[in-house]
Amino acid sequence: MTTATPREVPVPAPPPKPGPPAGAPVRVTGAQSLVRALEAVGCDAVFGIPGGAILPAYDPLLDSDSVRHVLVRHEQGAGHAAAGYAQATGKVGVCMATSGPGATNLVTPLADAHMDSVPVVAITGQVARPMIGTDGFQEADISGITMPITKHNMLITDPAEIPQAIAEAFHLAATGRPGPVLVDIPKDVLQAQTSFAWPPEMHLPGYRPTARPHGKQIREAARLITTANRPVLYVGGGVIKSGATSALRELAELTGAPVVTTLMARGAFPDSHPQHVGMPGMHGTVAAVAAMQKSDLLVALGARFDDRVTGQLSTFAQDAAIVHADIDPAEISKNRRADVPIVGDCTEVIGELITAVRAELDGGARLDLREWWTQLDSWRETFPLGYEAPDDGSLSPEYVIERIGALAGPDAVYAAGVGQHQMWAAQFIRYESPRTWINSGGLGTMGFAVPAAMGAKLGRPDATVWAIDGDGCFQMTNQELATCAIEQIPIKVAVINNGNLGMVRQWQNLFYSERYSQTDLGTHSRIPDFVMLAESLGCTGLRCETESDVDAVISQAMAIDDRPVVIDFVVGKDAQVWPMVAAGTGNDQIMAARGIRPLFEEDDT
Amino acid sequence: MSKHTLSVLVEDKPGVLARVAGLFSRRGFNIESLAVGPTESPEISRMTIVVNVDELPLEQVTKQLNKLINVIKIVELDPAVAVSRELLMVKVRADATVRSQVLETVQLFRAKVVDVSPEALTIEATGTADKLDALLRMLEPFGVREMVQSGMVAIGRGPRAITAASVR
Repeated sequence: MTTATPREVPVPAPPPKPGPPAGAPVRVTGAQSLVRALEAVGCDAVFGIPGGAILPAYDPLLDSDSVRHVLVRHEQGAGHAAAGYAQATGKVGVCMATSGPGATNLVTPLADAHMDSVPVVAITGQVARPMIGTDGFQEADISGITMPITKHNMLITDPAEIPQAIAEAFHLAATGRPGPVLVDIPKDVLQAQTSFAWPPEMHLPGYRPTARPHGKQIREAARLITTANRPVLYVGGGVIKSGATSALRELAELTGAPVVTTLMARGAFPDSHPQHVGMPGMHGTVAAVAAMQKSDLLVALGARFDDRVTGQLSTFAQDAAIVHADIDPAEISKNRRADVPIVGDCTEVIGELITAVRAELDGGARLDLREWWTQLDSWRETFPLGYEAPDDGSLSPEYVIERIGALAGPDAVYAAGVGQHQMWAAQFIRYESPRTWINSGGLGTMGFAVPAAMGAKLGRPDATVWAIDGDGCFQMTNQELATCAIEQIPIKVAVINNGNLGMVRQWQNLFYSERYSQTDLGTHSRIPDFVMLAESLGCTGLRCETESDVDAVISQAMAIDDRPVVIDFVVGKDAQVWPMVAAGTGNDQIMAARGIRPLFEEDDT
Repeated sequence: MSKHTLSVLVEDKPGVLARVAGLFSRRGFNIESLAVGPTESPEISRMTIVVNVDELPLEQVTKQLNKLINVIKIVELDPAVAVSRELLMVKVRADATVRSQVLETVQLFRAKVVDVSPEALTIEATGTADKLDALLRMLEPFGVREMVQSGMVAIGRGPRAITAASVR
């Protein structure tokens, strides 16, 4: 069913390739210059909606052979689609919107891409230069608004700057620590006559990302790795972004150390690998959380010690020395002090670590992790991931997600919204390769799944793309299914419909005395009826309410490839995400299930 | 908490001041003083920023500043080997009866009178924050009608220079 081969996507080369119209400058409008620059930089898809100020750009876009524009239904969808495209392909995702409300609707996806370091370029129209600052119709200071949520942004005031700005925007988005870049272009700049030449010269004197790590730090890290008794490789999303997953596997197998993959790194290391002990963090596996807590050496690779991973910082992995490798120096020692800081790209860092660890081993260092693995295995065996069938006979959401993962397989791409379904999708689908798991990790943006799946499917048309969504999330962005239907982007959407804002309800159950304030969405009363909604949006709508139907309905959805499919999985509302480290508590307080505390203290000597 | 003086070389582009100032407030730091002006290179401006912060958060804010694309270089100036100055202009009530006393104070502090009227003197003084504070204390009894003060600018002592060229 799925034909896409999972692949390592290399980080795009820094300088943009000379495009077709290289050579002597040609006379064009600013808008033509923009479209030519997009073509030259290799952009093949733009998600957007036209409007007054960006209108001039849409005219030459109509004539472009290489840039496909996908007309979305809401700019937020454009932004998340660009992020989904970028996460699935490793290329820069592009979205476009008009000034004012068009641009402000991009704020959430830009903040999302910023938190998760996703390379996105947003192009927004702006009111004409003489109107700027006059509170003109549809005017918003979008570069001011997005300053804290973009890697960089720019307001173009001269049409001659367009090629350089686009080249710089793509370069900034894709290199170093990736992130979103916004380019704001006033309408009269788009209309003005200018000249276009490619490639332009980039001028970024303040931008010098460090890719190559420091040799001394690498040697020190290798020394620690080969002398540790309880090492853990703490793998974050940076490993996927850097295309370092095969190197990671080599390092893991060379050292024999356990590997944990964070929410952003699911797929960076095969779930089937015996050294994989799971996802760490608030809803991680007991083995992964315990491994980190009891570790004497954490080797953080492209991870950022997020509070959802560390729990209460002061009690996090207290005995562990920290090797922290990241391309962003500001991440190192931000939350947890690093004993060995390494600034560099994960591919280079891991490659050099392999060489240095080999040298240590050749020099007589001996890694003996047998005792550590005995401990790790006992955690794995005693507290495996699992769930219980609901008492009330309702359909189990975990079972549904597990079956989708089993039937669609590890070559499919899975995009999730935010909440319980996201955690279950991270837990119960087995990921074997990078860029198969796409979610909103840092910002936690509900409504991410459908547009992100749309972007992923456009970028990887041969892959089966599933959106695992919740009924709350789905009602925030399902309008993009119309886009999918009309643009023939046949994604599959599993709505894990528990009728509630499930994760919030779980917290109300655990921490607010079961007082369920404003979490019942009434969706189980069929308002809306997701099957009819799906049909009205040009999709096939299916419904599944019993466990015995689950496989058949999934298979039915898998057989449809000429239009999007939505399955309304009506599941029980009481299922909870376990294990759990309650917010603000230490990771030692992890509960494997309600009332079951693995009591790590007893393991201490 | 201790005071730190950062010299920040930035590209002279619109919005750079907002980016830098926004970053400080966003990360929870208070800027005590900030001065921006041109440098020997026309496309580069220099900011002198004084922050009151501990060592560790200072490292974090410096790293975050470095991530701003328009920031070219950041150097923390050690007060022991740097010259720092602020500019103060102050309008003091000074009629004929006290004018000579005010002028005496002006001379003591090697300040200058830049404007005179029958009821007031406007005094200009440069110096370290301490010196300007002392001058103000001396002038207060006469009646300070209005004052304006610049942010601090600072430069390292000795022949070495902080320039954008030395970045590479």
